[in-house]
Amino acid sequence: MSTESPTDLKPKNYKSDIKPVWCPGCGHFAVLSALTKSLAYLKIPKHDVGFVSGIGCSSRIPAYFDTYGFHGVHGRGLAVASGLKAARPDLTVIAAGGDGDGFSIGGNHFLHACRRNMDILYIVMDNQVYGMTKGQASPTSDPQWPNKLTPHGSGIRPFNPLAIALSSGASFIARAFSGDPSGMSKIFVEAIEHEGFAFVQVLSPCKTFCPEQSEWKHQVKEVFSETTNDSVLAAQRIHSDNGMGKGIVYQSNKPVYRCTYDASIQRKDLIKEFTL
Amino acid sequence: MSESYFSVAITGSGGTGAVTTGLIFLEAMAHQGYYGFMIRSAGPQIRGGESAVMLNFSSYELHSTNDHFDYLLAFDWFNIERFIDEIPLNNHSQVIYDAKAGEVPKALQHTQANFTAIDLQKEAKVVTDGRANMIGLGILCQTFEISEASITHAVNKVLGKKGEKVTKAAIDGITAGMNNSNLEKYPIAKLSVPSVKRWSISGNEACGLGALTAGVKFVAAYPITPATEVLEWMSPRLEKLGGNLLQAEDELASINMIIGASFGGVPSLTATSGPGLSLMMEGLGLAVTSETPLVVINVMRGGPSTGIPTKSEQSDLNIALYGFHGDAPHLVLAPLNIADSVFTTQWACYLAEQLQTVAIVLSDQSLGQSRAVINEPLIHTQLESKRLIAANEDNYLRYQLTESGVSPMSIPGMENTMYTADGLEHNPQGTPSSMSHDHLTQMNKRQNKIEKFNYQIDGEDYWSNIETGNYDIKDTNICLITWGSASAMVEVAAQRLRSRGKAVKTIAIRLIMPLQKEALIKAIGDSHLVMVIEQNQGKQLFQYLHANQALPGNTLSYARPGPLPLRPGEIMTQVGENL
Repeated sequence: MSTESPTDLKPKNYKSDIKPVWCPGCGHFAVLSALTKSLAYLKIPKHDVGFVSGIGCSSRIPAYFDTYGFHGVHGRGLAVASGLKAARPDLTVIAAGGDGDGFSIGGNHFLHACRRNMDILYIVMDNQVYGMTKGQASPTSDPQWPNKLTPHGSGIRPFNPLAIALSSGASFIARAFSGDPSGMSKIFVEAIEHEGFAFVQVLSPCKTFCPEQSEWKHQVKEVFSETTNDSVLAAQRIHSDNGMGKGIVYQSNKPVYRCTYDASIQRKDLIKEFTL
Repeated sequence: MSESYFSVAITGSGGTGAVTTGLIFLEAMAHQGYYGFMIRSAGPQIRGGESAVMLNFSSYELHSTNDHFDYLLAFDWFNIERFIDEIPLNNHSQVIYDAKAGEVPKALQHTQANFTAIDLQKEAKVVTDGRANMIGLGILCQTFEISEASITHAVNKVLGKKGEKVTKAAIDGITAGMNNSNLEKYPIAKLSVPSVKRWSISGNEACGLGALTAGVKFVAAYPITPATEVLEWMSPRLEKLGGNLLQAEDELASINMIIGASFGGVPSLTATSGPGLSLMMEGLGLAVTSETPLVVINVMRGGPSTGIPTKSEQSDLNIALYGFHGDAPHLVLAPLNIADSVFTTQWACYLAEQLQTVAIVLSDQSLGQSRAVINEPLIHTQLESKRLIAANEDNYLRYQLTESGVSPMSIPGMENTMYTADGLEHNPQGTPSSMSHDHLTQMNKRQNKIEKFNYQIDGEDYWSNIETGNYDIKDTNICLITWGSASAMVEVAAQRLRSRGKAVKTIAIRLIMPLQKEALIKAIGDSHLVMVIEQNQGKQLFQYLHANQALPGNTLSYARPGPLPLRPGEIMTQVGENL
């Protein structure tokens, strides 16, 4: 139902009536609620939002919104979102997913979405674990973290998503924490308003497979309190942080990928070039 | 006696200009009133590699090559062995070659063709900026008595953009070649200049034209041989039509990008070849399940794996039909020739939108990278993509069960019909569901919409082309079933068999999935020799038709892999041996 005019929209109006599949205490609930607040704050009409995801616990999120949504296949959410934005630049396009979806199987799309710098918000709810398949190591897991699939840990150095986003050309880079929903909501507002590819890594603990992540609330710090458009400074900040710093680390005005639409000919004009 | 059907091959290593020579000759013959068909074949090099063009001319529209070539113009013998099988010669063939190329290779000598060495390079030196290929072209023009007007027209058409200096050097070269040639003439029938303008178009351009005519407005794609020209042709034209092409990072992205664009309400398409299609399969399943319309033009090349990227084969039928995991009803169509690539692609785009599903168009290298001079092809003006759009009302059910199986689709931006499309099995609302009832009803819906659809246009059948020559279909007792680029070769073989008194019909299937089984069975009738002919190792169409119980039990298969095109004589032999 959307008889409300955008000015009347409350955060709860952005929610659908579908009950999330997430476990009690999952960090993703806070993301859901923070994003509804950001959309309500920005007064974005529900029908002008295209919310796209891949596969994983967090990728279920579009269905919990009463907006247009597309729940695609594993790792390809950003590709669907890029096509949607290219074809429909009038929409507010948001892509969301998890660390496995975005950084492992979808890693290549992450690089190129950053490079392309389309006007899309990309939220990765990072809990350093594959939750839906019940607890395997992801690209952001600690290499010594033991699990059933790799009992001695993955043995692979974790991936720093902010550094990758910066070097790949994203024009807005931030980290948020699900334990700080109002801070997260503010970051989402800035990210949506930013013109270009906005990447927000949300530290979103998994109670079920990584109970130790409940300690994150004591570790997360407001490190990036001041943003910068200097990529060297941003890189320095990202690399001197232990992965628990939150805030908007980098924001700059870079050329945004836009499709050009000319519409100077009609379809019937196409055949002229073939006649002898 | 004058001839009205003849063939010419031109070969040379990189820089000799074999392709340009072929293009000018094609244009000149078209100006003389001839239909033409030009196949390109290239080695693996990016630049500087050897290449061959194979031209066939006729007083009627043709889409096939003959069993032998009447002429071969060779600028050198470099890597000629790579093409020797593609350019069959016999003791009537004339081979003109550059004297500087050296001795005729043994493999060619065995053909017993007639060889004439001419010092093309020496003659070219007399002309300012002269090039040996234009001398060679002049010899062809003299042999076939091409008019000066046709030569000037063709040179300007092909080289006009390069400026006057280049066109003048070309014409001077051709003239010098003509003046110095004392080769026996090959009198071709003089044709009147056609009153209706003909077209010159490649198969890849024809697919692109079909797509844009149908209303495609968004393309995302990753470059791949031999499909790239479809994309490069569409890109600037899409922009001028108010649409766009987005270059993707890989085929996984391109298929998902067009899913996103189509979800956004914009008719969308991608073009690829075998390896790309393999990568797209998961995305195609997503489009089927989420009922997102889209079209994939797959320009087939030799497979599997990297295979033979520059040469043709009809071996992607199986992946197009069966490549999906799960049961994924969708459409598979194949154009029968270059002209038909316009209509078949247009029809595929129309059907994908109408049925909110995936349509795969199977073209191939021999169609895509060939150029033909043809009559204006069929373009159905009423076949514009038109999706069933939802009413902008509350309580919208995206995957509502309907009589036709097609549910009205809402488009982002519509105020009351928000929904989340899903690749998870879902209920009519779109909510993920693992319940057997939802799975069954949604599977049936996706199957039924494709099976129940009326594929006729204005009461006419388009699922196949059926040719019987002068025979009544009831009297035809030999039935040759085929698809795609093989269709033209099979039809030429059939024409020759008919002229020998054999009552042959050909059925070239355009809509392969869903199979129009009853219509096919009816068309086969009680033919006592039924043969399925295709260019792949695995008898892919034969197996598919048999699996659908559409063929008589004693149906024969003639299937062999590419890249050599099926030849009419080869097909006649197969049929003859089984009579």
